[in-house]
Amino acid sequence: MTDSSSNSQGDGARARIDVNSPIRVLVAKLGLDGHDRGAKVVARILRDAGMEVVYTGLYKSPNDVVSAAVQEDVDVIGVSLLSGSHLPLFQELGRCLREKKAEHIFVVAGGVIPEHDYAALSDSGVDAIVPQEARSDLIVTTIRNLIAERGRI
Amino acid sequence: MTAFAPSRPARRAAYVPSAELVPDVLSGSVLAVARMISRAESGYAEASEALAEIYRHTGKAHVVGITGVPGAGKSTLVAALIKAFASDGHKVGVVAVDPSSPFSGGAILGDRVRMSDAAQSCQAFVRSMATRGHLGGLARATLQAVDVLDAAGYSPIIIETVGVGQDEVEVVTAAHTIVVLSAPGLGDDIQAIKAGILEIADIHAVSKCDRSDAPATVAALRGMMTLGPGRPGSDWQTPVLPVSSVSGERVSELKDAICRHWDHLRDSGELHDRERSIGRTRIFGTARQLLQDKFKRDVAELDTHVQAVVSRTMDPSVAACLLLGWDNEVLA
Repeated sequence: MTDSSSNSQGDGARARIDVNSPIRVLVAKLGLDGHDRGAKVVARILRDAGMEVVYTGLYKSPNDVVSAAVQEDVDVIGVSLLSGSHLPLFQELGRCLREKKAEHIFVVAGGVIPEHDYAALSDSGVDAIVPQEARSDLIVTTIRNLIAERGRI
Repeated sequence: MTAFAPSRPARRAAYVPSAELVPDVLSGSVLAVARMISRAESGYAEASEALAEIYRHTGKAHVVGITGVPGAGKSTLVAALIKAFASDGHKVGVVAVDPSSPFSGGAILGDRVRMSDAAQSCQAFVRSMATRGHLGGLARATLQAVDVLDAAGYSPIIIETVGVGQDEVEVVTAAHTIVVLSAPGLGDDIQAIKAGILEIADIHAVSKCDRSDAPATVAALRGMMTLGPGRPGSDWQTPVLPVSSVSGERVSELKDAICRHWDHLRDSGELHDRERSIGRTRIFGTARQLLQDKFKRDVAELDTHVQAVVSRTMDPSVAACLLLGWDNEVLA
């Protein structure tokens, strides 16, 4: 396995855990944004970094995405948004995560997101925003760092 | 360049011991079921007692395996079957397997693309699973995931294998009812009489029956059935059913055939034989896996033997026996 991001801290139970199991990421497109080439590129980058990527397809509601993320027990939801409707959609995504008691799942945003919206997105529960001009390794390390900080559950 | 990621120490989640998850699994909590499947999949030693407890609550579900070549339409058919079973009031579980990369260990799990609408509207539990290097069409933890879903009250539980070739028939020792899905236009009647995947079907389905070449595939499969007896030890007549998952055409006939086969297994007593065969295979499979894990843990010892085999001072059989702690007489 190539995924080496897990931490080794923790209690007795965690010490016996196989820390090498791949990070699971759900890559999603929210709302009426029909451009998924970027999402597919990201899925491929994460696959090549040793992660297991569940791809949900286009035109999903935040509720669909959170239900899928819970069943798939992913560590991270990665959302690519190019449509400009990121503020209300991420707000709703955060609300659904709280409602389903799934706040242990991280939310990473990417796509076309102006910097002046970063603070508002952070308030609605987005854990990291990867700018559109980012290189592929930044996406990978951002996710690995989030998981390392939380620990495996 | 950096990502915008303000630190949130409060988000660090606590580890819930597996033993505490068991009651929630049994009462059907989606979060607990999902987490327990992950722990089975990752081989958490801490979860093994909980999984053993869960296993005692299994044996209620009808496990249906769906297999076929890549692109035959397995995921789309599973989505249609979820709807068909749910409309009869069933709580459907699905474990869909896709391959892991042999290079990075990563995977793209795309079966959900086809299933998410059905899963959402029918309260079905759909779990994607990567093979993580396991061959044969399933993942190592597929049957443990089925156990968890079974204990949580899901039935039927549909296993969708990876897209298979001619010989990945592991699902036959994992499920009660095997549906082999063939796509039209992929081969003639000689393909249909070959050994392997086509032999294991309890039900043959031919996908995309709205296409003009589908009747030829149906005819080739039906022709094959008339050439000789079916599965040894069974008087079940394997049907060949054309379906179109997209239009929904004849999906309910397939669902009825799946239910009929389940009734047949129970009425004829064949269910007992299948359960025995599933149990035997699971013990063998786990034993094999435990041995592999043990060998991989003792890397130094393994390396010594690999070196001896490569330099031709020892043959592979003797090396294997020594690793197992057996003496050579076993081979005699």
